[in-house]
Amino acid sequence: MDTRETPEQSELRRTARRLTRELGPRTVAALDDSKRRDRLAEAVRDAGWLELRQDDGDGAPLASGIEAAIITDALGEAVADVSFAGPVLAADLARRVGATAVDGAVVGFAPDLFDAAVVSGPTTTTPIHAIDCAAAGPTRAYVLAPEGEGYRLATVESDVDGNGTDLTRTVRTIPVGTTCVPVEDQSRLLSRADLEAWTALGLALTSSDLVGGMRGVLDLAVAYAQERKQYGVAIGTFQAVQHLLAEGHCLMEGAFSAALYPSWAVDNLGSDEACSAGRVAKAYSARAARTVCETAVQVYGGMGNTWECLVHVYLRRALLSSQWFGDDGRQLQQLQRTRMGVLDGLS
Amino acid sequence: MDFRDSPAEAEFRARFRSWIAENNPGLPASSTDDAYWARQAEWHTALYDAGFFGLSWPARFGGHDLPSVFDVILDEELAAASAPPRPSLGYLVQGITTHANEAVQQRFLPGLISGRERWCQGFSEPDAGSDLAALRTTATRDGDDYVIDGHKIWTSYSDVADWCFLLARTDPSVPKHKGLSAFAVPMKQPGIEQFPLRMINGITKEFGQVAFDGARVAAENMIGEPGEGWRIAMTIVSHEREPGEVGYVSRYAKTVKDLEATVRNDPAAFRSDQREAVAWAHVQAEMLRLHVRRRLSERLDGPDHGPGGSIDKLLMTWVEQSVGNAALTVAGSHSVTDEDDVALKIYLYSRAQSVMGGTSQIQKNIIAQRILGLPTS
Repeated sequence: MDTRETPEQSELRRTARRLTRELGPRTVAALDDSKRRDRLAEAVRDAGWLELRQDDGDGAPLASGIEAAIITDALGEAVADVSFAGPVLAADLARRVGATAVDGAVVGFAPDLFDAAVVSGPTTTTPIHAIDCAAAGPTRAYVLAPEGEGYRLATVESDVDGNGTDLTRTVRTIPVGTTCVPVEDQSRLLSRADLEAWTALGLALTSSDLVGGMRGVLDLAVAYAQERKQYGVAIGTFQAVQHLLAEGHCLMEGAFSAALYPSWAVDNLGSDEACSAGRVAKAYSARAARTVCETAVQVYGGMGNTWECLVHVYLRRALLSSQWFGDDGRQLQQLQRTRMGVLDGLS
Repeated sequence: MDFRDSPAEAEFRARFRSWIAENNPGLPASSTDDAYWARQAEWHTALYDAGFFGLSWPARFGGHDLPSVFDVILDEELAAASAPPRPSLGYLVQGITTHANEAVQQRFLPGLISGRERWCQGFSEPDAGSDLAALRTTATRDGDDYVIDGHKIWTSYSDVADWCFLLARTDPSVPKHKGLSAFAVPMKQPGIEQFPLRMINGITKEFGQVAFDGARVAAENMIGEPGEGWRIAMTIVSHEREPGEVGYVSRYAKTVKDLEATVRNDPAAFRSDQREAVAWAHVQAEMLRLHVRRRLSERLDGPDHGPGGSIDKLLMTWVEQSVGNAALTVAGSHSVTDEDDVALKIYLYSRAQSVMGGTSQIQKNIIAQRILGLPTS
């Protein structure tokens, strides 16, 4: 047992943080800088990060969940406005059925964002949410078509626009009645265990995004507390402010410890154990991130409530990462089911 | 990054699992029942004699020179077996190995680690709690001895202790942090009087007050150098704040396991908020288990006596109080109709965690100023 990062993993973390710090939006106004955004997207593509969970030729992913989590964490820390976890999760799903990842595809989610969308007929019967898709071009999303004990993959495509609440990642809603096109080259069904393992990866990545976001927003709030003066001194001198930030720092550290485990477990443990680890991490980090972002808004005072202050960009991103694969309340429900035999629907 | 047991760790886990299956003392939790203390020494020596205590401590003093992560395995298996936690002594061992001379280490570490000599820790005083350096107990040189006068409080297990790791003022003429020294004081002597305290959950065997009135300690029993007391105290409390050092993770996991079993036995008998409190306690306890794995893995790079223990302490406090809250929530009205309700005792005991070993407010000061770099006022 040695939960320290390998030298390669530490190097990846340094590289990812350097890149996202350099090319991420450091102000709200920078979100409109399309040249910067394009450079960021190009850098992520050129680094090969989008292919991390594609097939290595033997059915295994090219890189482990840990590498994917490290990058997600760095993107969250810099509120990087680039599509990453969406396409990585889509590639992971395609790999599990032996299919080539469809270029630019993400996974379509059911309206509550808890599960990948399941579509039984030839067209969609509920809205499908494509999360973290590319901002430009048509929206393409995988959905699950039940077959036997498992699922086949199909794609739905639409040219809808809209952005969602997160100002750094795009959420598109594909309307009811969209045609589902079966994925041709899949060589096997997606089993329930496959789906569970894939969910574990989703929980690990969304948790890591929340951890990174907490670190980034705390850095902002700590810096602000050191420079903002009231009563002639920096507000960070006051114990009331210090304690808020200290609590936030602990929540971030605890969430980080919890999120490492599912990112490792997804490739090393059974799908049920990996998924449980993911639910623990997600429940903890979703609650923690909400508190930490709210703390940052508070430390920034009036400024924290203005559109121009970057803090709400973190909060909005945290809200999406919390809902994606289910927020803390949903995870606690699932843990009641698996650990205490509480049946769904029992009040 | 690998969460799996190495072959040596797996062998250790299997060996301990089979041992504990035969040797579980079946004691109630120390935090809820005085009966634990009657047999705590026996539990300590049983663990030690079987080769399962002091895993990361020096072999020449009775430890096993193993990496600290072996303690995680021990804690996990103790929880799985619903056995009591390992005795919490690591912070005293850290204090002695870091600061004491070779003679003091040789004299005291073997007995401390084997459990053949019992220890308590005399730091806090009625007027020196968070402001520990304001303590007024004095140690005055008299020939080859020091004479101790003063009053210590919150001295856990003082009534059964053979030795007290005492912090006293040896030089009143210098600033308060510089005039303190540490000693190993024999407890069984005239000039020491014990006053047990009853905790809010009824426990009487844990807390005590100790009055020193002309008690004597040999000068050679000084731990560290004269005036080094404050640095030694900081080493000790930094480790006293680490769940990996004190082994409380297994206590939390065991309580959560018991609460889950209660609900699983008849889920419909519990409201959704009661079940959710248990699920949240599981999330918290599991987070702490993983946090301890991370922190003890980091020790493979060498020991760290820095302010990071304050993060661990605050996380541990939140976990213990979430678990206490879950116990109380599940117990419902039973907690007020039965004065011996164990859940009530768990809940009441959990309130002490945000005070013992340094209050949560002190931890937040340390984190804000020494980790986040916020200015001191």
